[in-house]
Amino acid sequence: MKLTLKIWRQANASEKGALKTYELDGVSQDMSFLEMLDLLNEQLLQNDEEPVAFDSDCREGICGMCSLMINGEAHGPEVTTTCQLHMRSFKDGDTITIEPWRAASFPIVKDLIVDRSAFDRIIQNGGYISANTGSAPEANSVPAPRDKAMRAFNTATCIGCGACVAACPNGSASLFLGAKITHLGELPQGQPERYSRVQTMLAQHDAEGFGGCTNIGECASACPKEIPLDVISQLNKDLRKSLILG
Amino acid sequence: MRAVATTTLIKGARSTRSTIALKLLMAASGIVFILFVLVHMYGNLKAFSGELAFNEYAEHLRTFGEPMLPYGGLLWIIRVVLLASLVAHVGSAIALAKRAHAQRPVKYSVKKNKASSLSSRTMRWGGVALFLFVVWHLLQFTIVKINVGAGGQAPEVTENPYRLLISAFQPEQWWMVIIYLLAMLALAFHLHHGTFSAIQTLGFTNTAESRARARVAGWVVAIVVAGGFSLVPLFTVFGVIS
Repeated sequence: MKLTLKIWRQANASEKGALKTYELDGVSQDMSFLEMLDLLNEQLLQNDEEPVAFDSDCREGICGMCSLMINGEAHGPEVTTTCQLHMRSFKDGDTITIEPWRAASFPIVKDLIVDRSAFDRIIQNGGYISANTGSAPEANSVPAPRDKAMRAFNTATCIGCGACVAACPNGSASLFLGAKITHLGELPQGQPERYSRVQTMLAQHDAEGFGGCTNIGECASACPKEIPLDVISQLNKDLRKSLILG
Repeated sequence: MRAVATTTLIKGARSTRSTIALKLLMAASGIVFILFVLVHMYGNLKAFSGELAFNEYAEHLRTFGEPMLPYGGLLWIIRVVLLASLVAHVGSAIALAKRAHAQRPVKYSVKKNKASSLSSRTMRWGGVALFLFVVWHLLQFTIVKINVGAGGQAPEVTENPYRLLISAFQPEQWWMVIIYLLAMLALAFHLHHGTFSAIQTLGFTNTAESRARARVAGWVVAIVVAGGFSLVPLFTVFGVIS
């Protein structure tokens, strides 16, 4: 396959960036999207050019490190992470525009790499349960209803990649926040801190500068883990209850 | 409520000032508007019962609750509630829109909309359009009582709600009918997403089924309200109501 790539190049957080066009030949349909970028970088290095900086880690769709806005879609056209996207989703001769997540709360580090530590701080501000460490308790001593356990499990699949923020026209992290609130709030272990958690995590979300939710659903369609929009309803419900409880 | 990135953990922030609290305010005030337009539309349909019934209903709105309420007392209570809702609705919309703009200073050069409806993406400008329409509508039928048809500002037209209505939508004023139909289209768009969004913001859509029901509610409210309102100008311009 021969591709035309338009890639956002930006030297660092303070410099202005721009889209730069590259021609890349010899791309196999079996390559992952990141392997295609690896190939481009080899070519750039041979030409003594600066390689394109992008994030990746596990390359098996579970760590949440890769990102990329590909032709206007977070993680590209398939419902998966960029690392699990393969070049068979594209055609020979395609032009592919690759941009970083665009959000003031995710400042660009270099090229396609953004700093997503705002998510870490949201987690730090209540996104956990307080439990004594040491010997693990007997698993069956705390019964969890199956439907709640399943919902908690499904929402816990959020890998914090930030696609929801990238796809949202408001740059809201409501889907991420809702996934964490639902995941912890559905289980018995999450109950003691349930209503303080939603307040502190939301306070951090707002302080980081993320936008408000307009319930349009772009986030859920971009989510590689298919977190449904109803976690935002759960988030809203828990916040509403916490306001009444005081 | 300033959109400033931080590197520290926030302590003691007031949740009543949060983005979700603003959304709750939008949802609550939006529901006030939904209830209002439903009742308003019902009142308009009285036009099909003729001049006497229509004007009687208009007068009834003013004498409602007498003598506990003064003449027009109910209308003034409604006006105050609507005005407060408008301030809350527009105020939170502006605050949230500002945050959204601050959060994306550099736009995508390519961005696809995959799941959002056209109505959900036109809430802000649609809201502005509706606001401008409401200003004109109030000037026309409530504050100044502008007769755009024959007879000019003669009191027998302007002080007779039914005749003022009929006069506004005569075939010679076809453009007025177009303005109202376009406004109803904008209202349908706003209600289609607004109704769903309010239910979701209030936290009543925690399953796929309840979310689907909330979407149906959006369609029903949009079609019933905008459709019901559109009947009167349409049937007037075609001479059924005269």
